[in-house]
Amino acid sequence: MAEVVVQHSRAARTTRARKGGSLHNALRRKSTVAFFLTLPLILLIALLVLYPALYSVHLSTLNKSMQKFVGFGNFTFLFKRETFWMVVKQSCIFAITAVIFKALIGFIVAHFVHNIPAKGQRKWRGMLLVPWVIPPAMSTLAWLWLFDPSYSAFNYTLSFFGIGPIPWLGDAAWARFSVILVNVWYGAPFFMIMYLAALKSVPDQLYEAAAIDGANWWQRIWYVTLPMMRNIIAITTLFSLIVTFANFDIVRILTSGGPLDQTQIFATYAFRVGIESSDIPLGASVSLFMVPILAVAAIFILRDVSKRGNEA
Amino acid sequence: MSRKKLTRRQFVAATAMSSAALITAPYVRGAYAAGKLSIGFWDHWVPDANKTSTDLVNEWAAKEKVEVSIDYITSNNKKIELTVAAEAQAKSGHDILQMYTWWPHAYSEQLEPVNDVVEPAIKQNGEVNGTVKYLGQAAGKWLAVPATPGSQIKGPCTRIDLMKKYAGIDVQEMYPAGAPPKADNWTMETFLKAAEACQKGGFPFGIGLGETTDSVDTAGAIFQSFGAELVNAKGEPTVKTDQVRQALEYYKKLIAFLPPDAPSWDDASNNKWLISGRGALIMNPPSAWAVAKRDAPQVAEQCWTHGFPAGPKGRFAPYLPYYWGLWNFSKNKEAAKSLLTHLSQASSIEKFVSASGGYDLPAYANMTTLKTWAEVEPPKGTLYHYPNPYNHQTLSIAASPAPPKIAQQIYAQAILTKMALRFAQGEKMETTLAWAEGECEGFMRT
Repeated sequence: MAEVVVQHSRAARTTRARKGGSLHNALRRKSTVAFFLTLPLILLIALLVLYPALYSVHLSTLNKSMQKFVGFGNFTFLFKRETFWMVVKQSCIFAITAVIFKALIGFIVAHFVHNIPAKGQRKWRGMLLVPWVIPPAMSTLAWLWLFDPSYSAFNYTLSFFGIGPIPWLGDAAWARFSVILVNVWYGAPFFMIMYLAALKSVPDQLYEAAAIDGANWWQRIWYVTLPMMRNIIAITTLFSLIVTFANFDIVRILTSGGPLDQTQIFATYAFRVGIESSDIPLGASVSLFMVPILAVAAIFILRDVSKRGNEA
Repeated sequence: MSRKKLTRRQFVAATAMSSAALITAPYVRGAYAAGKLSIGFWDHWVPDANKTSTDLVNEWAAKEKVEVSIDYITSNNKKIELTVAAEAQAKSGHDILQMYTWWPHAYSEQLEPVNDVVEPAIKQNGEVNGTVKYLGQAAGKWLAVPATPGSQIKGPCTRIDLMKKYAGIDVQEMYPAGAPPKADNWTMETFLKAAEACQKGGFPFGIGLGETTDSVDTAGAIFQSFGAELVNAKGEPTVKTDQVRQALEYYKKLIAFLPPDAPSWDDASNNKWLISGRGALIMNPPSAWAVAKRDAPQVAEQCWTHGFPAGPKGRFAPYLPYYWGLWNFSKNKEAAKSLLTHLSQASSIEKFVSASGGYDLPAYANMTTLKTWAEVEPPKGTLYHYPNPYNHQTLSIAASPAPPKIAQQIYAQAILTKMALRFAQGEKMETTLAWAEGECEGFMRT
C-alpha cells in the first residue's frame, strides 16, 4: 500500500514538471513562433476583412431605414427585380468573357516571351507587365479619353480609313465590348506572368521525350504543357474570376453602368443602390449576392486542384 | 470664528444643480464662448471660392473664440455622398457637413432640426422657393440650412451667334440684361424647332441622355413642363398617364436632333461640347461658360444663360440646392448654429456669390438681384437671368413631387432619361411605362 502511495506522488511530480515545460516547449516549437509572427496579419485581416464582411451581412438583414430586422427580405425583394437579374447576367458575361480572354492572351503571350532569348526576355517581361502595375483607376481614365463620346482618339484614327464614328460607350453592345476590353488589357499581364512561371518549371526532358516520340507542336502543348500547367491555370482562373466579378473601377469610370444599365455589374449596381439611392441594406445584399456564385466556383476549381495534387 | 459645515445632503444638491446648469446652459454667443467645431464643406471648383468660405468661418471663429477645422470635400466621384453615408453610420465625424439635394431627407433621422437658423434667415433674406422647402423640410422641421455655395440652376446656356444664325432666335432680345424676359414664344415647340435647325446647321444642342445629374435634371424639367409625374406627392405611382406619354413623345422627337453619343454623356460631356464650339446650346450652370472664358474666350463671348422653354403645364427650370447639415451627434450644436446663422447673413451670401463669379445661387428671394450677375462678362449681362430674377420659371428638381425618399431613387437611377431613351430606341410606349412603373414600385420600400 505504501509503495502505491509513493508511486502516485512521483507520478504527480512528473506531470507538474511536464506541465511547466510544456509552455516552454510550445514557445520553442516552430509552428507557435510562426503563429505569433502571423498574428498581426491575422488581426489585420479580421479587422479589415472579417469585420466588414460580417457587418455587411448584418446590414443586408435590415430594412431600408435600417431600423428593422427583415431577415432575407432584401434578397427576396431583389429576386423579383428585373434590373437585378440583368445585373446578374451582365456580371457573369463580363467576368467569364474577360477571364477567358485574359487566360487566352496570357497563355499566348507567355509562350512568345518564353521563346525570347534569355538576354532580352527581362525587358519584354517588364514592358508587358506595365498595364497590370498601373493603378486601374488611372489607366481607365486614359481609356475613357480614348473612348470619349465626342473626342475619341480611336474614332479620330478610324476616320482616316473611312470607318466610324463608333459609339464606344453609347451603344450597349459596344459599351460591353469596351469595358471587357479594358479589363482584359489590365488583367492579361497577370495571367502572362503566372503562365510564364509555370512554363519555366516544365522540365525540358519532357519536351525532348515528346520530340523523340514524334509529337508535333500541338501535341506538345496538349499532352505536355497543358497538363503540367493545369493547377496554375485553375488557381489563376479562380483568382481572376473573383477579382473580375468584384470589379468596380473600370465600369464605374467608363460607363457608370450605362447606357440603360447595360454594363451594370454587381459592384457598380451595389454602389448605385446603396450609396447613390441611400438604400445601404439593399446595396449590401446586391454585393453579397456575389458570395455564393464565387463560392461555388471556388469549390469546383479548388476540388479539382486538390484531386490532381493527390494523384500526383 | 464659526465655520459652516456642509452636509452630505447639501453637497449632493449643489453638485446636481451645478451639473444641470452646465448641461442646460445655452451657448453664449459672446466673446468667451469656446469649444471646437469641425466642418466639411463642398470643395468648390472655382479656385478662390474656398478661401471666401474659410475667411467667413475664421471671422466668426475669432469673434466667438471657437476653434474650427475645415475640410473641403470634393463632389467628384460621389466623395461627399460617401462621407455623408460614412459619418451617418459611424455617428461621428464633422459637426457641420455640406450635403446636396436629397441628402437631408435621406439622413433626416440623424440631423438636428435647424428652424432657429433658417426661420430668421428667411425673415431677413426673403422666402425660399418650393424646391428648397421640399428638399430641406420634413413635417415643418428644417432638416438643414440652405447653403449658397454649390446651389445652382441648370438652365440653357446658349450660343448667341449660332442660335441667331440657324434658328433665327435672338436670345439677348428674349432675355435682355437688366430687364424682364420677353420669352412668351420660348416654348417646347420653339425649342424643338431650334434643336432641329441647329442640328441641321452642324451644331446640335448638347443635352445628355446618360445617368448622371445633368441628363436627369434636364429630363426632369421637360417632364414637369408636360405635367408628367412618375409618382405623385402621396407616393402613388402615376406613370401610366397622358402627361407622361406626351413627355416621352416629345423627348423622342428631341433625341433625333441630339448628338448620337448622348446616351453615354456624363456631367463633363456637355461642358466640353460647348467649350469646343461644337454645339449651340447646353443645359448647365455657368461653369462651362467660366471655363470657356479661360480656355476658349471666343466661345465665352457668345454665351448667354437664360430661362427654360415653357411646356403645356408651365415653365420649369432644374434647380439643385445645397444645404449645410448639422448632425445630431455633434458635440457643439449651439456653436454650429451660430456659425450657420453667420453664413446665412446677407453680407456673407453676397461674398459667396461674388467669389464664385455668380455660379452660387442663394435660396432666398431677396438675394437674386445681386450686382455680380449684372456685372460679370463677357458679354455683359450674360448671367443676368441666371438666378431667375423675375421668377418667370418654377425652380424644380427631377422626380418631384414624389416623397423625397422615393424621388431620390427615381433621380439616382435616372429613370426619366432611361424611359426617354428606351422609347426613342424603339421600345413600345406601354412596355416603357410598365418597366418604369415596376421600378417605381420597387422604390417604395421603407
